[in-house]
Amino acid sequence: MSVEAAAQPPAAPASQPVLEVRGVTKRFGALVVLRGIDLVLRQGEVLGLVGDNGAGKSTLVKILSGFHQQDEGDVIVGGERVRFNSVEAARAHGIETVYQDLALIPQLPVYLNLFLGHELTKLGPLRFLDKRGMRRLSRQYLDDINVHVPSVDAETEQLSGGQRQAIAVARAVRAARKILLLDEPLAAMGARESRLIIDLVKDLASTGRVSIIVIDHNYAHLFELCDRINVMQGGRITTDQQVHETSLEKLTELMVSSYRRQIEAVSNAGA
Amino acid sequence: MRPGAPTPATAPAATSPGQPHPAWALGRRVLRLFLYQRELTPVLITIGLFAYFTVRAGSTFTDQLSLSSAAGYAGPIGAIAVGEVLLLVLAEIDLSTGQIFLFGPWVEYWLHSDGLPLVAAILLALLVCCGVGAINGLITVRLNVPSFVTTLAMNFVLFGLVLIYSNDAQASPIPLSDGSGFSSKLMGTWVWSEILWVLAITILMAVLLTRTRFGTRIVATGGNLIGAAEAGVPVRRVKVWCFVISAFLAGLVGIVDAVKYGNLDPGNFGVDYILYAVGACVIGGTALTGGRGTVIGAFIGAILIGVLEDGLTLIGVSTNDFYVWVGVVIIFAMALNAQFDRLLARTRGT
Repeated sequence: MSVEAAAQPPAAPASQPVLEVRGVTKRFGALVVLRGIDLVLRQGEVLGLVGDNGAGKSTLVKILSGFHQQDEGDVIVGGERVRFNSVEAARAHGIETVYQDLALIPQLPVYLNLFLGHELTKLGPLRFLDKRGMRRLSRQYLDDINVHVPSVDAETEQLSGGQRQAIAVARAVRAARKILLLDEPLAAMGARESRLIIDLVKDLASTGRVSIIVIDHNYAHLFELCDRINVMQGGRITTDQQVHETSLEKLTELMVSSYRRQIEAVSNAGA
Repeated sequence: MRPGAPTPATAPAATSPGQPHPAWALGRRVLRLFLYQRELTPVLITIGLFAYFTVRAGSTFTDQLSLSSAAGYAGPIGAIAVGEVLLLVLAEIDLSTGQIFLFGPWVEYWLHSDGLPLVAAILLALLVCCGVGAINGLITVRLNVPSFVTTLAMNFVLFGLVLIYSNDAQASPIPLSDGSGFSSKLMGTWVWSEILWVLAITILMAVLLTRTRFGTRIVATGGNLIGAAEAGVPVRRVKVWCFVISAFLAGLVGIVDAVKYGNLDPGNFGVDYILYAVGACVIGGTALTGGRGTVIGAFIGAILIGVLEDGLTLIGVSTNDFYVWVGVVIIFAMALNAQFDRLLARTRGT
C-alpha cells in the first residue's frame, strides 16, 4: 500500500479517502441493525460518530475491525475492495480498534496487555516472549503519554477502570498504522483520565499518519476531537457535518432537532 | 501488597487499622509468597506426607522399591494432568486424555503386529493421538459443543474401539518391554524412565505456558475469550492446538507406561486416570475458571497423590482409606486456593 501511496502525486493528500463504506447492511436474525451505510473517512481525518443506543454504531465499527461481517455492501480501504473475515485480516490493513467492552485480559500484566496480538518475541520460530524488551518499551511508552500504573507487572485486574481504559486506548494508538477505531473510549472515565485520552488521540491525529473514527456521546469531547461528525439513526447515517462550519451550540441543536424529528416520526407511526 | 492491607490469615481478629505490629512483617511476607506461588502449598504438603510416612514406615518408605512405586502411581496422573492444565487455563476440559493414554499404545501394538517397523508404529500411533485431539478441538470450537461433552463422548468411543479391535483379549508382550537395551530402558523398562518423561514434558509445558507467545495466547483466551478475539488472538486455533498437545502427551507417556508394565488390558477405563489428573491440577493450584493455572503445580499434585497412595499402602492402611484422603486433599486444596484468591482480591483496588 505504501508503495502505491508514494507513487501518487502528493497533491491534496488530506482529501484522499482512506476508507469508504458503501451500502453496508447487517442483520442479526430478524433484527436489521444497519440499513445501508455510506461513509467516507479521509486521510488524517478524525470522524465522530454519534447516535442513540441501538443506532448501529458499534456494529459498524465491528464490521470495519473484522469482528463481524456485513451482509451486503462494500468496504474500500485505500482504494481496494476488502472483506475482513477476521480481526487479523483488518489488522493486516492497518486497522486497530478499541472496543466498548475493553479487550484486556485481567490475568495478564500491563505490559503483555499492551503488546497483546503484537508480542515481541525472540529465538525465531520458538517465539519466546521478549519480556524484558516489552517491559522496557511499555514503561517508556506509558511515561511518554502520562499514563501512570503501579507497575507494568501489575495484572490489569488490579487497576482502576480509568487506568484499564487508558491501557486499551494506548495499545491501539501504538499499534495503529492506518485507521484507528475508538468505540466510546471515554466511557466511565474521570475528567483527568478523559483529558489524557483526548490528548493521546489528538497527538496521533496531528501526525496525519492515522485516520480515526470515534464513537462518543459527549458532544463537547467530539467537538474538540473531530474534524467532521456523522449522525447515525436507525441503522442509517442521517447527517454529515464539518465541525469547522458549525459550533458546539449549533451541533447540539442539530442533534436535538434530529432526535425530535425521530421521536415525532415514531409517535406519528404509533398514532 | 499495600502497606495498609490487613493480614487476615495471620491474625484475622487482632488486625487493627492502626500501625501494624513489626513482628507481622515476616508473617505478611510469607503469606504473600504463598499467595503468588501457589505451588508452594502442595510442595509443603508433599514434604509433610513424606516426613510422616518416613517416621511411620521407616526406611522401607525411602527405599528404591517404595519410591519407584510412588513414582509409578504419579507418572500416568502427571502426564495427563500436565496437558489438562492447558485446557483448564483455556476454561475448557478434556475428559478423553485418560482413554488416549490407553488408546495410544494399543494403536502402536496393532500397527507393529501388522508388520510396521517399531519406530514407524510409534510415530504413527502418536499421529493418531494428535488426530483424536484435533477432532476433540474441532468439534468443540466449530460445532459449539462444550468440551466436557465432546471429550466425554470421545472417551466412550475410544474405549469401545479398543474393546472391538482387541477382541476383548489382553495384549502382551508389548514391543520393547522384554528387551534390556538402551531403547527399552529409555521407553519404560527402567523404573525411573516414565517419571523422567513426565518431568521432561512438565518442564517443556511450563516453559510453553509462561515464556512463549503461544502460552500468552492460552492465558488470554481463557481469561477473556471475546477480548482476546477482539485483540486478534486466534482463539479457536489456540484451543484446537491445546487439545492436540494434551492428546499427544497422553499418548506418548501411555506408550512408555505400556512398555513399563509389558501388557495392555482392554478393560482399563480412562476416566479413572482423568479424575486423578484433574484432582492433581486442582491440588497444584489451578482453578477451573480459566485464565490461571500452573503446570509445575499439576506435576506436584500428581507426586502428592503418588506419595499418598504408596505411603498409605506401606503403613498398612487399606486402599479404601486412600480414596477418602485423596478427596479430603482435593477439597482442602480448592478451598485454600479460593481463600487465597479472596486475599488477593482484598489487596487490589486503587
